[in-house]
Order: sequence, then C-alpha cells, then structure tokens
Amino acid sequence: MGNEKSDVLHGSLALMVLRTLDTLGSQHGWGIARRIEQTSGDALALNQGTLYPALLRLEQMGWITSKWGASENNRRAKFYAITRAGKKQLAAEAENWERIADILGRFLRPTSESS
Amino acid sequence: MTWLRVLWGRLSGLLRAGSLERDLDEELNFHLQMEIAENLRKGMNPPEARLAALRRFGGLSQIKETYRETRGLPMFETVWRDVCYGFRMLGRNPGFSFLAILCLTLGIGATTAVSNWIEGILLRPFPLVTHQDRMVALTGVDRNGRGDVSWPDLQDLRRNATLVDAFIAEHIGGTTLNIGDRAERAAGSVVSSNYFDALGIHPILGRTFEPSEDTGRNAHPVTVISYQAWKDRYKGDPAIIGKTQRLNGVQHTIIGVMPEGFFGTFVGYGFQFWVPASMEDNFEGGGYKLEDRGARWIEGFALLKPGVTIEQARAELSAIGKRLEAAYPDTNRGRGFQLYPLWQTPFNGAGTLLPTLRISLVVACLVLLIACANVGNLLMVRSFSRRHEMTVRISVGAGRMRLLRQLLTEGLILSIAAAAGGLVLAYWCRDLIKLLFPASPGIMINLPAEMDLRVLALSAGVCLITTVLFGLVPAMQASKIDLAAALKSESGGVVGGRGKTWIRSSLVLVQVSLSFLLLVGMGLLLKSLRAMQETDVGFSTDGVLSTFVDMVAAGYDGARIRNFQDQLLSRLQGFGGIESAVWSRATPFSYRSYPSASIAMDGYVAEPGEQPVVDYNEVGPGYLAVLGIPLLSGRDIAIADNETAMPVAVVNQTMVRRFWRGQDPVGARLQVKGRWLRVIGVAKDARYSSLLETAKPFFYTPLRQGPMGGQYLQMRTRLGPEKIATALAREVKAIDSNLAPGEVITLREQVDRMSWSQRAAVDLLAIFCGMALLLAGIGLYGVMSYAVSQGTRELALRIALGASAPHLLRIVISQGLGLTLAGVGIGAAVAVGLTRLMGNLLYRVSPRDPQSFGAAFLVMVIATLWACFLPAWRAARTDPVRALRES
Repeated sequence: MGNEKSDVLHGSLALMVLRTLDTLGSQHGWGIARRIEQTSGDALALNQGTLYPALLRLEQMGWITSKWGASENNRRAKFYAITRAGKKQLAAEAENWERIADILGRFLRPTSESS
Repeated sequence: MTWLRVLWGRLSGLLRAGSLERDLDEELNFHLQMEIAENLRKGMNPPEARLAALRRFGGLSQIKETYRETRGLPMFETVWRDVCYGFRMLGRNPGFSFLAILCLTLGIGATTAVSNWIEGILLRPFPLVTHQDRMVALTGVDRNGRGDVSWPDLQDLRRNATLVDAFIAEHIGGTTLNIGDRAERAAGSVVSSNYFDALGIHPILGRTFEPSEDTGRNAHPVTVISYQAWKDRYKGDPAIIGKTQRLNGVQHTIIGVMPEGFFGTFVGYGFQFWVPASMEDNFEGGGYKLEDRGARWIEGFALLKPGVTIEQARAELSAIGKRLEAAYPDTNRGRGFQLYPLWQTPFNGAGTLLPTLRISLVVACLVLLIACANVGNLLMVRSFSRRHEMTVRISVGAGRMRLLRQLLTEGLILSIAAAAGGLVLAYWCRDLIKLLFPASPGIMINLPAEMDLRVLALSAGVCLITTVLFGLVPAMQASKIDLAAALKSESGGVVGGRGKTWIRSSLVLVQVSLSFLLLVGMGLLLKSLRAMQETDVGFSTDGVLSTFVDMVAAGYDGARIRNFQDQLLSRLQGFGGIESAVWSRATPFSYRSYPSASIAMDGYVAEPGEQPVVDYNEVGPGYLAVLGIPLLSGRDIAIADNETAMPVAVVNQTMVRRFWRGQDPVGARLQVKGRWLRVIGVAKDARYSSLLETAKPFFYTPLRQGPMGGQYLQMRTRLGPEKIATALAREVKAIDSNLAPGEVITLREQVDRMSWSQRAAVDLLAIFCGMALLLAGIGLYGVMSYAVSQGTRELALRIALGASAPHLLRIVISQGLGLTLAGVGIGAAVAVGLTRLMGNLLYRVSPRDPQSFGAAFLVMVIATLWACFLPAWRAARTDPVRALRES
C-alpha cells in the first residue's frame, strides 16, 4: 500500500493541509488546494488530485473531520475542519519541521560556501 | 490506538464501498467544476478551461485508485476475490473436489476419532475426577508378576508414604438384580471410605462413606448408588436416601447418590453401586480380610502430591515395601508395590484396549498419509491440465505472487472443508468404539471419548501442508514456462514417458506401499482370529450352555442353596432336550475369577520363599463329562463325593507334571488350604479363562465338599439358548418366585466374549484397510487416466499403425502393474519390520506369515487392475483419426 518514496512529501502536504485548515477554518478540497498553491507562490508543482488521498488519510488519523455542506456558489461540497487532535499534531509537526529545517540549513550553508 | 481507528475507517470503507464511491465522484467533480469556473474567469474558452483543469488535477483514475486503496483493505479484497475464484474453480471440477475433500475428510476423521478414543479412554478416563493428572494405579508385585494389595499393607502405605496425598482401595464386586423374570448382573465396587473424597466427587443426594465404615466384618451395610441406577432403577426417587436394597443377600441402606457422569474408576464399565471396605467378604467371600496381611484383594489408586513424579513415588513405595518385607517375612517376602500411569492401568479395560488403540492410531495415521498422498496426486494431475490456464494468466500480466496466492487459497478451501468434515466424522465415531465392546445384559459400558481439538488441528495442518505443497506445483511450473512455446503447443506426451511423471509415480508408490502394509496387518489379525477360534480350549464349546442363578443375592444359606440345586436338576431331567446338567462355583471364561488355594503334597519340596498357589473350581457330579473335558486316569467327581465322604480332587496334566514329576497321582494326597484331599483322577489340560494363557496347574473339588453353593449351571443340550432360557425361567420361578436365572449363553459365546479385544482390533483394521484401499484405488485411477489422456496421440498413432485393442490394454495396464509391484516391494520391506510390533495381538501367526503377505499382494493387484481398466479401455476405443486431428 502507499508509496513510501513520497513519504516526506506526504508529511509536508499533511502539514500544509493542517496549517491551512487551522488558519482558514472549515474548507473544501478545492479551497485547500488553492490556498496551498497561493501560499507557496505557485512554486509547488503539485497535482491537485494528490490532495484527496492525503485528506482521507488525515481523516482516518482523526486529525480532521469532513462534512457535506453548501459551497459559496451553493453547490454540494465536502468541507474539512481540523480537530483538537489535529491541532496538537500540527503544533508538534511544525516544531519538528522547524528543527529539521534548522539543522538541514546549518548543514547546507558551509558546503555551499566551500564549493 | 490510532492504527485501530485507521483499521476501523478502512473496514467501514470496505462495507460502504458503493456510497463512498459516489461521494468520491461527487467530491472530485466539484473540484473540477470549481477549477473550470476559475479558468473561465481567467478568460479561457470552455474546452480550454476544462482541459487545463484536468491537467492541473493529474490522472483522475490513478488518484481514484490511490484513494480507494487508502480507503479499503485491498489485501482483504484480493483474498476475497481469490476465495470466490477458488470456489468457482473447485465447482467447475466437482468430481475432483469431491474426491479430494472425501479423501482428506476420511484421513482427518479417522485420526481424530482414534485420538479421541485414546484421550477419553486412556489419558483422561474419569472426567469428573478433580486431579486425574495426579492419579496413578497401584498394584502389588511378587516374583510371578502383578498381584493385589492387602488391607494392612495399604494402611502402612498410608502412614509412611510422604509423596502421596491419598491411597484408595477398590475391588470389583457385582451383584444380581432381578429384572422381571430374568436376573442381570449389576457391576459394583468395594471401596475404601476415602474413595469419593480423594477423587473429589460429591454426592448429589445424601452422603458418602465415613472412615468408621471401613472396618468390622460386614458391619456397615450401606451403599452409594450411581446416577444411572437412581434414574433407571429407582425412577429418580427424591426420597431415596434411607431406603434399602438387597445386594448379595444383605439389605443395604442407600446413603448417597453420585452425580451424573460418574461411572466409577474402571475403564470400560459403568458401576451402579459402591459399598465400603467392611462389606468385602459379602461380595467376595473367603473370610474377613481386613486384618489379614496375606489376603491380597485390593486394586488401588494413589493420588500423588502436586509436583511429585511417578518415579519418585515408585522409589518411595518400593522402600516401604522393603521395610514391610523385613517386618513381616511370612506374608511379605518377595513382594512389593508398583505404580502405573492411568493409561497403563493393568487391571481394567485400559490394559486390554491399549494394544488395540495403539495399533489403531498408527493405522489411522497411515490412512491420513495415504489420503494426503492421494490428494497430492489429484492436485498434481489437475495441475498439468491447468498449465494452459496458468500460462494464459501469466501472459496477460498476472503477477507470480498473485498466482501463488490464488493456488494457496484453493488448497486452503479444500483443507478447511475437509477439516469440517473430519470433525463431523470424528464426532459421529465418538461412540463407535462401544460397539466393539462385548455386550452383556445389565452391565453398562462406559467408554468416554473426548473431542480432542488439538489432534484435529494437527491432522488438518498436515492436510493443509499437503494441499498447499502440491497445489503450488502448477505455479512453480508456470514460473518456468516459456510462454511462446507453451501457448503454441500443448504437450503431446508419450504413455509411460519419463519427464515429470516421477513425482506422481512416487506418490502412487507411497499409497500402494502403505495400503499393502495395512492389508498385511489385517491379514495377520484375521489369521490370528481364525487361529484363536480354532484353538482347542479343552472342553466342548458347542452344545453346552451356561447360566447362573444368584441364590446368595436372594438371601439363601448353604442348605437352601443345596436344596434348590437338587430340585432344579431333577426338574431339568424330566425336561426333553437337556442331556445332562451340573452346578459349579465358576464357569470357564467368565469375568469372575476362579478361587485359588495354597497347596502342598507328599514328595514335593517347595523352594524357599515359594508358596505354590493354584486355581481350582468346585464342581458338581459329572462336571468333566458335561463340559466334555477328557479324563486321562481315575474317575470324575461323582454323586457319592458329598459332605460325609472323604474329600477328593481331580487334578490336571500340568499339575501332574509340575508336582508329581509326571507320575500318575491317583491315590496320592493333596493338601489344600491345610486340608488333605485324595486325588481320584487326572483331567486333560484346558484353557480356563483366556485363549492366550499358557498351560497352568488346575484342579477340581466336589461342590458338596466346599463351603459355598455354586451358582453356575452348565447344561449339555442340542437346543438353542433361547428355548432353554424360557423353559429355565419357568422352572426356576416354579420353585421360588424370588429367583430368576441370568443370561443363557453357549460356552462358544462365552469364549468369544473374552477374546473381544482381538476381534475389536480386526474390526477397526478392516474399516481402515477398506478406506486405505479405496483411497489407493482412487489415486491409481487418477494417475492412470491422466497418463492415458496425455498419451492419446501416441495411442492413436499405434492404432492407426495397426495395434490391436488388447495390445493397447496391455500397455496401459502393465504400466499400472509396474507401479504396484514396486509399491508392494517397498511395502513388504516395511511390513516385515513393522508387524513385529503387533506382538500380543497376534496369536499363533508369524509376523512374516507368507499367506497374509500373499493375500495382500493379490488384493493390491486386483485393485490396480480395477483402477487401470477404465482408462485402458477408454484408450483402446480411441478413434485414431479424431485423436490425431485434435492434437
């Protein structure tokens, strides 16, 4: 099951989704996709579709919930919202991510200088 | 806990797959619509907008598939698909599936059934007893082997053994209960007062025995009855406690009722009542034995303390035995004690059944092996015909793992179905073994068989491994297949060609040799049975009927007994059809043992420590003539040998050989229990209680000169037992309506009942051999028909070139016979080594008896011919043109 290769991407995508839902509140898939694209400044060339299995996985973990509702143009859409467990996970993951970024940053700087 | 929630999410996803699929469509559709709307807003035309949205989204169906995999349990879904497909494949080939499941069911069922018997009869025979695992059997030993234990010795064991929680004494003693105008024996037991407490059995009504009830000659006529007796005989009377029942002539007060399912501690029979040790004399006679260290009558059990091994307890008991030998040399010299695990208990049905059950287990395992070989064979044969299917599936892209899993699933289905069948079969066979026990009216047979699921699991496991192993062959072959070549031409093999046939051939070899082994075993047992039936028992078995009238149970004393005996004899003389009749204390080959006595005679000096003890019988006038025992010298017991005449005895040949060095002892003196008798005759040796016994010394004394009246009646007649039984019941009733005769049977029947364990072994083996033959036949048939179908083209060519049908028949059959011969060769080699293990089940038959081997060989050949004929016949009728065109 699943492609282990893109676990890092999955992890970061999950973090992005959680962060998005934490800031925007309840949101449908397309909204989440748009927001991620905008925030990343369209630098993330991600197929929008990959978002949906990720959403399902997050829901199975209990970090987000989903509910059918009406969209801004009055169509039936599935809305996702972050749960309390999701917020806790977000905090933990964000801290983790920052630490890794920090460490990696320190590693990469000297090498780039020497080359 | 998260994984649990994930699993739950996935499981529910699996169950609601339909509606979730619609949800997914709707959600993704919404996304695309939003994106298209956005693109339109950016100024694209509709087709452009749509295309851009789709491109942005990525592969729609890939996303959906990933989503589905995340949602459900893909593993489970494929397994489910495999199961469905497996069932379809098995259903498409119902003949194969039926045969395979039948074979495995027989194998599993047989093994499980036999193991259940062993578990229930030998290993855990007393289900209600609290600590069966700590229970061991206790007997005495002397230099001749096993003996019983005396009451004073048992008390010393109780006082001195530190490793044993409790010793219980037991002695089988029956009584006669009248049922209408027939009398029936009811099995009961004389036990020490701690019996029920030590076993941990509590009465459902009343109480059990108290310690004070152990002693005092016939001082405590109280009895505890079984649940069965309470229900059947006393109609479940709730106020039964305090009522009385006459047992062996003495009114006993019923003090307790045992719970349902407790049958006593004698494997094979269910007891109906128990009395305390103080009543021993009333059931056995021969005087009050509880203060006599030399009187050994107890067959006991010991309950070891937790954690004590039987070896430790044996060591302690033998040390106590040594001390007793030193303290009481007169009675205990050369004697000791022995402990046995329950399954080796020498004094009850366990000992008799042990060899039969052991052989049954071996045989059942062989049947299981044959079944496995058979199914392996069938699967292999089928695998060749499925090679095409496998090739096609691989060529359209099926993964090898996927194929393997598919085949494994099919094997699994077969095994599970067979295990279920085997379970049902074993459950049905639970009570089958009771049918092998000799029926005797009034004596309840109790052979508990417990369902042993561990054995079921084991045999099902063996089947599973087999089916899976052989089921995988097609997959293994498929992995080696050169796709193009395999698809182009299906094999056009040659009959008898080598190639891959060696696996199948070796499986057939296994079957044939195992079946041959079983057949030889059965042949040997049948021959022993015949030899036993033809054994000269030394008396006439036909034309002599035996029965008993229990006068003691009805409260008769010596004088009344004699009076009744005379009256009945004179009435029988006036009765057409009965040539002669005689009373005796014991009857040959009955369950009750003969009395025995210590003897001495002039001119014979016993070795130090040897105390010759010989069995004897007290008989009425003309006993030897009625039974047809030839008299070699002197005269038979006569009417004149009564209370007032000189005490006399007739001795047998072995006694003459042993004690008078072969010289005719007529006129010599013989001392029996301190009393001198005159030897008046020598009788030919006979068998006294068992066909297997070796010649033993034995003598006869006149009934009238003994202490007790005999209760057994022997009649020489040409009429059948039924006619005599009715007339006898009428005559007995006419004299005293309180009396009734017991079962009337021929001596032949009596002898047969005592050799039932051999017959039971033959019956069981016959069943198993039948199964094995059937299975081997199926296996041979399968292989031969496959070989023929593969060689159709060659056969057709031969026909086209002018070969005749008989010639073709010969080719096919000779191939089958070749396999059989090889299998028989292997089987014979194994049989020569193994049949020796049948030891005591064989009687006057060599374990290498050529006749049995020859017969087994013949049966195997016939079975082979039968299995090969159909395929061969089909081959001979092949239409050459069609066969050649088709291939």
